[in-house]
Amino acid sequence: MPRTQDVSFDVARVREDFPILGQKVHGKPLVYFDNAATTQKPQTVIDVLSKYYSMQNANIHRGVHALSELATYEYEKARGKVKLFLNAADSREIIFVRGTTEGINLVAASYGRKFIKAGDEIIISAMEHHSNIVPWQLLCEQTGALLKVIPMNDAGELSLDEYDRLLTEKTKFVSVVYLSNSLGTINPVKEIIRKAHERNIPVLIDGAQSTSHLTIDVQALDCDFYAFSGHKVFGPTGIGGLYGKTRYLETMPPYQGGGDMISSVTFEKTTYNALPYKFEAGTPNIADTIALGAAIDYVHSVGLEGIRSYEKALLNYATERLSAVKGLRIIGTAKEKASVISFTMDNVHAHDVGTIVDQEGIAVRTGHHCTQPVMKRFGIPATARASFAFYNTTEEIDRLVDALGKVKEIFGT
Amino acid sequence: MSSGLNELYQQLILDHNKSPRNFRKLDHPTYHAEGYNPLCGDHFTVFVEMDGDTIKDVSFQGSGCAISKASASMMTTAVKGTTKEEAEKLFEKFHAVVTRDIHKDTEDLDELGCLGALAGVAEFPARIKCASLAWHALHSALNSNGAVVSTETA
Repeated sequence: MPRTQDVSFDVARVREDFPILGQKVHGKPLVYFDNAATTQKPQTVIDVLSKYYSMQNANIHRGVHALSELATYEYEKARGKVKLFLNAADSREIIFVRGTTEGINLVAASYGRKFIKAGDEIIISAMEHHSNIVPWQLLCEQTGALLKVIPMNDAGELSLDEYDRLLTEKTKFVSVVYLSNSLGTINPVKEIIRKAHERNIPVLIDGAQSTSHLTIDVQALDCDFYAFSGHKVFGPTGIGGLYGKTRYLETMPPYQGGGDMISSVTFEKTTYNALPYKFEAGTPNIADTIALGAAIDYVHSVGLEGIRSYEKALLNYATERLSAVKGLRIIGTAKEKASVISFTMDNVHAHDVGTIVDQEGIAVRTGHHCTQPVMKRFGIPATARASFAFYNTTEEIDRLVDALGKVKEIFGT
Repeated sequence: MSSGLNELYQQLILDHNKSPRNFRKLDHPTYHAEGYNPLCGDHFTVFVEMDGDTIKDVSFQGSGCAISKASASMMTTAVKGTTKEEAEKLFEKFHAVVTRDIHKDTEDLDELGCLGALAGVAEFPARIKCASLAWHALHSALNSNGAVVSTETA
């Protein structure tokens, strides 16, 4: 079994970049295993936020004064960083939004209302987060379109054969998650996109989880939309990105109206601004956008390749150690997996697991993880979930296994 | 193990979780109501059979964590044979005990009897909803509005 020190990745040095990881919780050193919910922030991100409000704060895209120009420069520089991070063809294809949820809602509302009609079908998968279910249900209610769901097997892998059967001339949109937040499954999205494109159907990829664990190349994937959240890639909350191909974004009506998204307004007619501003009404979240740029810089400085191989080793180690705990069942055993281990324990509810390991300083998520249909599919009310980031260690996994021993002790299982 | 955990997962609570009392459906309930916590999925139905103003029989079904299940079980044993008014008063006292930090040696705690075993929940704010879920359902049943009680609106 690989130990932390066997993997060529200086985790001790990386941990020093995250001030929160030095904390104690209930008198024990914090073990933060809730990274799928939100990741911790490196000092550089915290410093950029502080610097912005101390020295750079001004509104963007309007003032001619020095601070406004500086803030605008920093804001647009962050857009360039996101463009490179996702390998988009053009910065105009990056729209800043509050997070993945808003990104999906933007597409469902804007593209959906213009192009989806009664009787049309939208395909999602059985392992979607509620944020990639509900916006489409709302659209279906408004338009009379129908939602179709790609089923999955007991390992938590989507059935591409069923997907083939669902794809018909009625299908007008496909929206699927890249990396499942409750199962850890990495879906074959490239294949899913290719099959949809054979019928000229656009595809949105929910990148909430994948963006911090996989190398993202929207051009190689050939997805038409890709949404992600900044706070899950070591940036602040309240900021995220939506990538959209120019040819789609140009045909779509604005999502919200307001300042910045117009080129001229009269009471008779308003002309909309060019991309990406057409979709960024109102004063945006300037500080957090700049800090998201700093988070992306940080991820690059650590190195995507190193992160990838280290996290793989962590996942393998955790899978082996947790599988050996008697009465523990891992939910989600796909061949292609990353970063997430969801589990149940015989005769102990996930919440009781969560409370007991919390007393050992270990933060895990318990509940349905905003994927109630996944819980239903597996016939369970909830799971406990340990989700990893590159600052976690095998020693922390050992501490989780020890804490689960205490759970079994208390419940006599 | 921390003393808080010892108090939360007392033997009495673990016993009610493992062997819940009155864990069945009533054939002819006068009232029944559901309690649901959408944040964690805990879901119980509480059944009540009234004889005039007295709770002749009470039972529950459903699933949830050890705290919610034990609390539901202990509730059924505590309110069986009481009047509606007495049951509502007990709920008030129980609620006061599980939602406050200083609860030792209070009058309320003495009056709660074995329900006092759940006083340790007060130290775990995230779990207070677990302990009070079945009580909210009972309250709804007794007032026979039949609505599903959600922890997020209760």
